[in-house]
Amino acid sequence: MKKRRIRYIIGAIIIVSVMAVILFRPLTILFCQDLPYILFLQRAFFVLLLSCILCLYRIMKGPTPADRAVTIDMLGVLIVGFCAILGVSTGRDWYIDIAIAWALQSFIATLALAKFLEGKNFDD
Amino acid sequence: MINIVGLVFISIGLFFDFVGCLGLVRLPDVYNRLQASTKCITLGTCSILLGVLLIHGFTAGGIKALLCMLFLILTSPVSAHALARAAHKSGVRLCEKSVVDRYEEDGK
Repeated sequence: MKKRRIRYIIGAIIIVSVMAVILFRPLTILFCQDLPYILFLQRAFFVLLLSCILCLYRIMKGPTPADRAVTIDMLGVLIVGFCAILGVSTGRDWYIDIAIAWALQSFIATLALAKFLEGKNFDD
Repeated sequence: MINIVGLVFISIGLFFDFVGCLGLVRLPDVYNRLQASTKCITLGTCSILLGVLLIHGFTAGGIKALLCMLFLILTSPVSAHALARAAHKSGVRLCEKSVVDRYEEDGK
């Protein structure tokens, strides 16, 4: 019971610190344009970062391998969104190429993991 | 003006991504978590890509965002279906509160 309370406190500290970074100290790297809405995009990165931290918690805790496979799929999709916002905020188009490639490999990896969980070989 | 519409779409996508990840942590079962993650894909990331398309306009980056969105819409139900089937066949139990399991009944 005490261990569980410590875990809750650690999770609350992580979430509160990330929210504080979102609200007060946006990073100024990664941005080479003077867009009028650049503050919004800087905060958007931290929302996606918080989502990735929640996904990592589920990967660490997940009781079955199927949970981890679901979360890997979700992390791939979050990284696609991350690359899309990077493409807007830096004004370079080739970040969206990375997004397309990541979506492709995430799909193939998920199908392979599903085959593996089902207990078949990769041939059939 | 079109930039503001794009930013609204991006913020809708961020909201749904965050809620999907919260569901991934909070829900009790593999199948419920799969439900949350699939909603996150189609409503979250496709909405972000739609916002990127609106901001870029129909340039090379915008067309690539549209392609990526179409690809995600096509492939995410396939992968979710494959994962649910694989989880059921590998013997993952449903949580205690669930009422009915039609797939198990059909298999008999």
